[in-house]
Amino acid sequence: MEYAIQASGLGRSFGDKVAVVDVDLNIPAGETFGFLGPNGAGKTTCVRMLTTLLRPTAGHATVAGADVQTQASEVRLRIGVALQATAVDPKQTGREFLDLQARLYGLNRAERARRITELAEMVDLGDALNDRIQTYSGGMARRIDLAGALVHQPEIVFLDEPTTGLDPASRLRVWEEIRRLNTEEGTTVFLTTQYLEEADELAERIGIIDDGTIVARGTPTELKRSLGHDVIIAQVEGDATQACNALDGVAGVEHLEVLGGEVLIHTPDGPATVGEVAVRLHESNVSLRNLTLRQPTLDDVFLEITGSRFSSEEPDQPTEGEGFGASADPEEVSP
Amino acid sequence: MTATSQPIRARRASFFADMTAISMRALRGALRDPEAIIPPIFIGAFFFAINVGSLQTVAESAAPGFDYKAFQLPTALVLTVTGLTRALALVLDIQNGYFDKLTLSPARRSALLLGHMFADFVLAMFLTLAVTIVAIVAGVRFETGLLGILGLMVVAGLWSVAYAGVPYALALKTGNPTVVNQSFLIFFPFAFLTSALVPEDALTGWLATVAKFNPVTYLLRGMRSIVSEGWVLVPMLQALAAISFIGLFAHFAAFAALRGRTHR
Repeated sequence: MEYAIQASGLGRSFGDKVAVVDVDLNIPAGETFGFLGPNGAGKTTCVRMLTTLLRPTAGHATVAGADVQTQASEVRLRIGVALQATAVDPKQTGREFLDLQARLYGLNRAERARRITELAEMVDLGDALNDRIQTYSGGMARRIDLAGALVHQPEIVFLDEPTTGLDPASRLRVWEEIRRLNTEEGTTVFLTTQYLEEADELAERIGIIDDGTIVARGTPTELKRSLGHDVIIAQVEGDATQACNALDGVAGVEHLEVLGGEVLIHTPDGPATVGEVAVRLHESNVSLRNLTLRQPTLDDVFLEITGSRFSSEEPDQPTEGEGFGASADPEEVSP
Repeated sequence: MTATSQPIRARRASFFADMTAISMRALRGALRDPEAIIPPIFIGAFFFAINVGSLQTVAESAAPGFDYKAFQLPTALVLTVTGLTRALALVLDIQNGYFDKLTLSPARRSALLLGHMFADFVLAMFLTLAVTIVAIVAGVRFETGLLGILGLMVVAGLWSVAYAGVPYALALKTGNPTVVNQSFLIFFPFAFLTSALVPEDALTGWLATVAKFNPVTYLLRGMRSIVSEGWVLVPMLQALAAISFIGLFAHFAAFAALRGRTHR
């Protein structure tokens, strides 16, 4: 199998602080790999090492067959990178930004003109392509940044939290483009995200990183199935612990978890258990607002593996119109 | 959000192409950034007017035939172009992540810095011309004619680039705009512990001694020879040596800082 990205024992420390430890990766060419973890888990540090921005202090890695330390120039020619923070020059127009990127990748005049036309259509900026980037909304700046990463048609694209800070509509457009890149152009996509839904939607395989270490990997379905249980969610009014007491001893209930006004009931066979749960709650006079049976989510996987809930919140606040620089959260670990 | 595309093969551009691309962007940025252009012209014209206004009569009466306006023009030009760099813009690039974007490209690291410096050179020549026109309007005449104006622009440009290594070193090392803004203070002793206001032979005591070891003294000597004496080889060579001396140290620091930032 041809691997686009391979890493073995990859690690990075900043003085006494260990940011990433012993990361192994084998990502086949043409795959969309989701790298999932909360803020500060080590995602960005891994991306910076794989994209030659940061030297590993342990292990080694190859990207597009080239060693990230000894063949950094070769790696740079074959990858495109959209960093966590929108990295554009606000004083340039979108067209100037793309043209400069294209020049730096050695494209000739005709190639530059063609690619800018194609990318302009792709990011759908219209006449705004000739406006300075400082006038762009956060979503527009993010899209021109992404276009800049694709100007030379890289084999591998690294997208470091590409939708952080975007409104839902812009997020969906970026998702659409990531899918198109992967399916139509065969581009390998290394996607870091702190959004479970994003990893679930886009990634063929997922690596979950926590505290600098990869703690799980597999397809989203494999990871969820690995839990071996379903989840019943009971939304109750009043004291949720009363509901927990009511469910004590119900056959098939593995364990209970209270999250605010919700009781999460983990069971190996949801359809067989949900009826008894409803009866017990009713008999105990628990005021039930809603009862839902669902498959496990990646959040459940994360809880199972790390013992804590994923801390990130899904984005739901529109940022379109906030202007240039709508950016991601702070750097995880600064060198 | 769809596109069709024929394959494109990315390759390393030539060093010249890398540098030109970075320079063009830096120049565009400067032209869209009036605060990078207008204050230096104001500073040069202001010091020219103040120094001439306050000292011309005294200086010319002490030495009949001495043209103090022509003497002051190089001082004004040095004050105009020293510290005239895109280093602050580079700091902003570092802060907003765009510098990382540039270093992720296959462009040569040295071209990222030299491209900015070439833009500084062009800008310094342009500003030198602007202040020189002010001086000509005020009555300064060039012994070397139009070619001398061009020569003065080149020398001032070279000096600007030589000294620019200092703010670039600070920009790349610290990524801090305040530090870069204050880097001009480093130049103050060089600017005034020299023959900035009066001829070298009028300096006395410790100031004469310090001026003798100050490279700016020789820079001014060369520039003044272009304005007032004609094409004289020795002061020209002395000016170029002074520029090279400062440039060597400043650029060593700048490229060391560049290496530090790009080899983490």
